[in-house]
Amino acid sequence: MRSYWRRALSHTVVVLCGAAVLLALVPLALILFYVLKQGLSAISWTFFTHTPAQFGDPEGGMANGIVGSLIVTGLGAIFAIPVGILAGVYASEYRGTRFAAAVRFAADTLNGVPSIVIGVFAYGVVVLPLGHFSAFAGGFALGVMMLPLVMRTTEELLLLVPPTLREGALALGATRARAVFTVVLPAAFPGIVTGILLAIARVAGETAPLLFTSLNNAYFSTDPRQPISTLTVQVYTFATSPYPEWHRQAWAGALVLVALVLSCSLLARIATARLEKYRL
Amino acid sequence: MPFRLGTGFFGAILVAVVVGIALVLYTDATEAIHKFGFQFWQTEVWDPISGEFGARPFIWGTLYSALLALLIAGPIALGIAIFISELCPAWAQRPLVFLTELLAAIPSIVYGLWGIFVLVPFVRQIEAATPPSIKALPLFSGPPLGLGMLSAAILLAIMVVPFSSSVAREVLRAVPQAQREGAYALGATRWEAIRMALFYARTGIVGSLMLGFGRALGETMAVTMVIGNTPQVSVSLYAPQYTMAAVIANEFAEAADTLHLHALVEIGLVLFVITLAVNVISRAFIWSLGAQRRRPVRRATPAVAREAA
Repeated sequence: MRSYWRRALSHTVVVLCGAAVLLALVPLALILFYVLKQGLSAISWTFFTHTPAQFGDPEGGMANGIVGSLIVTGLGAIFAIPVGILAGVYASEYRGTRFAAAVRFAADTLNGVPSIVIGVFAYGVVVLPLGHFSAFAGGFALGVMMLPLVMRTTEELLLLVPPTLREGALALGATRARAVFTVVLPAAFPGIVTGILLAIARVAGETAPLLFTSLNNAYFSTDPRQPISTLTVQVYTFATSPYPEWHRQAWAGALVLVALVLSCSLLARIATARLEKYRL
Repeated sequence: MPFRLGTGFFGAILVAVVVGIALVLYTDATEAIHKFGFQFWQTEVWDPISGEFGARPFIWGTLYSALLALLIAGPIALGIAIFISELCPAWAQRPLVFLTELLAAIPSIVYGLWGIFVLVPFVRQIEAATPPSIKALPLFSGPPLGLGMLSAAILLAIMVVPFSSSVAREVLRAVPQAQREGAYALGATRWEAIRMALFYARTGIVGSLMLGFGRALGETMAVTMVIGNTPQVSVSLYAPQYTMAAVIANEFAEAADTLHLHALVEIGLVLFVITLAVNVISRAFIWSLGAQRRRPVRRATPAVAREAA
């Protein structure tokens, strides 16, 4: 009789765990469904070619926001990619040293810092000294968020490169720097690119650190020294406005944003799958 | 040597950024810290116009919402981790991992948008349909606004689930297969074997849940859009409240005087310190499991087998 109860309990837990999976997939399906439904009904060609219109004018779009998001994310990447890769090289090459552990700890810490706090930091470091909001400040904030992601992927992928490759280079008389930059790093490069793509996908959807760094701009601007409109901040402004027409625009913006972010991570995933195939 | 120094310099940038965050937040908050001292966290009136700044409602809202999110998301995340790593057939593992990670890839602003237009009306209906006998409880008191703690907690829970479940999954994967086999050999049912694995991985599991809690503490946009942004300390799930991250997001760009700005930065500083502590502790938990595994295992090898070897 006892074993009956034990088996029943076991089955119950199995069912509950399955239910937990379904419970998590329901909101995912709902979110994607609403973004697709509302977004597709609101999106049009003008959305990509026009800047936000005044209330009541149906001809508005988020062209400036899309370009702005690309610029701000790009500025972040320009800052984060070289620093992240070289810091990753250090952490993997001098693994076991105390400073490498400190760098790794800093990266993990930075990864856990709330994005809004990074925005406040960027405000203090870039906006206050320059005296005004700018695309550059937003890019700096996103770069700081990307930094630990790029650094950690680089480090982990470098450790996966077979030591024989490096030993071969060293045996041929290469210095450590030369072995790393011409042999080890290129071997890990495809994987690092995947990691960078994932990092870009993650920060491109950020809003909080941009609210008071790159601010917003009603007009089309590509000047990194000026405030700039981004897709995310624009969606936020429109979503919290009282106008139904702007709400529709916000859904269209969300659709573009989700498409951008998901295609970026999908691209990275396909690349990883390819790589795994090559390795085998 | 130039190679070591050169790459080390870039490593130092990361360290400098973290130290810099602490320094910048502190120096930009000095005015508020000196003026209000510890009282800042004990008073409840937040009135930038008259220069009164009490941050208690924000710290309450942040902790309360994150705790509620953890209560909702914890069991679900654990269930998912157990299902994917222990129960489901091998072919279903990858797609399920992909789907849960998709949940993490959706930007916070999209969660917020969905929250405002889909979740909040739904929650409002539930609140309106609550029978008066339940509404008499302090936990469910207040008018049915929709915007409020309940919506924020649900939204946060959805956002936190993929983080906790993916770490918990990794932790479960680190449990040696022999643990489960041992349990089965002793006649354990499936759940009893899983319970053994969970017990073995307990520190890591706690760590994974805390990591989710840390995420929930710092989440900004989605919460700002659905919590109602009303600074008050209330246990009611139906009451509109406010969080630390939300008040920074709402007021920072428009803070007119230095004191207001410094008060907001001080809130950011404390948020930084809290999330830092939560993250360090949770990572210590997760690491300790790894260390436990690396320790040499004393094997109960039968004497015969030892001699044969």
